[in-house]
Amino acid sequence: MTTVTADPAPSTPPGRSARPSRLRRSWDKHWYAWAMVLPVVIVLAVLIFYPLFRGIWLSFTSLTEANQAAEICTRSITGGEVCADNPNKWEFVGLDNYVRVLTGEVGDFWQWTGTTLIWTFVCVAFHFGLGLGLATMINRPMRFRSLYRVLLILPWAVPAFVSAFAWKFIFNERFGLANALLTAVGIDPVSWFSDRWTALLTAIVTNIWLGVPFMMVALLGGMQTIPGELYEAAEIDGASAWQRFKNITLPGLRPVSMTVVLLGTIWTFNMFPIIFLVTEGQPAGQSEILVTGAYRAAFEGIRNYSLASTYGVLILSILLVFSVFYRRALRKQGEVW
Amino acid sequence: MTEKTATPPTVTAVAGPALAKTRAVRRTGRSRRSPAMSVLLHGTLILASLIAIGPIAWVLLSSLKPGYAIQSSELTLFRDTTLANYSYVLTETNFPRWFLNSVIVAAFTMSIGIFLSATTGYAVSRFNFPGRRPLMMVFLVTQMFPVAILIVPIYTIMARLGLINTMPALIIAYLTIAVPFCAWMLKGYFDSIPTSLDEAAALDGCGPFATFWRVVLPLARPAVAVTAFYTFLTAWGEVAYASAFIQTDNKFTLAYGLQQFVPQFNPQWEYLTAAAVLVTIPAGLVFFFAQKHLVSGLTAGGTKG
Repeated sequence: MTTVTADPAPSTPPGRSARPSRLRRSWDKHWYAWAMVLPVVIVLAVLIFYPLFRGIWLSFTSLTEANQAAEICTRSITGGEVCADNPNKWEFVGLDNYVRVLTGEVGDFWQWTGTTLIWTFVCVAFHFGLGLGLATMINRPMRFRSLYRVLLILPWAVPAFVSAFAWKFIFNERFGLANALLTAVGIDPVSWFSDRWTALLTAIVTNIWLGVPFMMVALLGGMQTIPGELYEAAEIDGASAWQRFKNITLPGLRPVSMTVVLLGTIWTFNMFPIIFLVTEGQPAGQSEILVTGAYRAAFEGIRNYSLASTYGVLILSILLVFSVFYRRALRKQGEVW
Repeated sequence: MTEKTATPPTVTAVAGPALAKTRAVRRTGRSRRSPAMSVLLHGTLILASLIAIGPIAWVLLSSLKPGYAIQSSELTLFRDTTLANYSYVLTETNFPRWFLNSVIVAAFTMSIGIFLSATTGYAVSRFNFPGRRPLMMVFLVTQMFPVAILIVPIYTIMARLGLINTMPALIIAYLTIAVPFCAWMLKGYFDSIPTSLDEAAALDGCGPFATFWRVVLPLARPAVAVTAFYTFLTAWGEVAYASAFIQTDNKFTLAYGLQQFVPQFNPQWEYLTAAAVLVTIPAGLVFFFAQKHLVSGLTAGGTKG
């Protein structure tokens, strides 16, 4: 019965001071929980939170690759080094970066934001709609069910850059499959990447293809947690298939859908490789979303660290505001999450 | 011979009714679907499956064509089928080396990732310790950080730690991407395992770590399979961090090394297609072993935030 492990058993031995400090008791009770999360906390603190706070600080400075040195050293003919203070050293500039970004002095913040919103909304809507539809279809006894399931989840297993490449190949103007199919049915080939909307379309198609499997699997999992008796009862009461879907499946999926829609929105909003590799911002940067636009604005040519940080802070704020409102809206509908 | 073939039917005959019964109980049975509905259902699913595998299949077919056939506007499934693209990629480039690097990075990310997410997920699921709720929030917030923007600050940290151009740099960076989501998902799965099991284990003299390791973790196998799949894939296909942290050819990962076939103006499509297929195969293998568990593993993970 007695535990051999160093369990936090000492529940105030009688001889010692009546009650140990609160911290001590808390430690005794929770040390193994803390020990279990400690590695993750350290890694996140070093690699996520330190960069985050440093990024917030940098966004108020003018740090770039060119002015980061505190001293400029020049090698004299004799071999010695002469160092002088860098006259153009980076400095605190207050809100300058934000003003420059938001007024459109560098980059196209508002256009990128618009594109990002369209991109996120369309992608997530299709992910969820198609995922829900396919999950509903597959969540019933039928022949080849597991075969369909494997085939439909397959795009998830393809690395993002490979799918980006595959779709770029398909949308190639000269020899792509898409144009070949269009020509076959008598439509003129489209030069996909010379118009903002067709370029965006290619990226959206790619991302939908890539993202549906995750939604489908998550929703399918959610559907399987809905008790079958509910459906039986509804059937006995004479509910139609649509009524059963609307009144049992959808409410039963609420917890799952809320989470996956929130996650999907965040992931799509920050989906870097698809736009970066498929459209490359063509034509002339018009199909950029915020992350890719920011990346190009800040890192092409002289790397502008402060500008990159400014964009990062803006993107993070947008997503934080979104998730706060999202959760508040859900809570209003009587869901505590 | 005849006897051998005779056995399976009897087995299914025994299992058949029971199986059919459970199915009929769960949902409306197959028998009650009208033929038109059946056709519609299977038609839609076949179409969807074709779209799902189409692009991969097309790349696979193209990789078997010589360069001039790929770049022709005529649409053919097969033309002058050859394995030349594969032999070029496998022998003329540093492919085997990159492949090995990728396997090392992905394997370490996977094993460390599973361990970290499982312990964290378990702690968050079972113990109501101070800092639990903030930690859950942090997991969500980390998903909001644009990787592209984080690269430079992380680069400076890695440089300060002396990890630039080493594999640990990549492994650590990939862990920061994968672990928050996996821990969150595993937490959901652990929530679905009754705590009475933990209590029983504690009565039998297991400490919290032994309970976790011997009792709960084996029960969470589906969710662990999903974690393995997710962490492997994160490490296997990532390009951005790899391009920032790795500088010498012999340390490239596969995903990044193959980017070299995409020069700005004249992409070598024939090698790219072959390389894409070669990169996808290992990911496909991991997927094959994990797919059975994907649905059940993600089930509980999704139900609770």
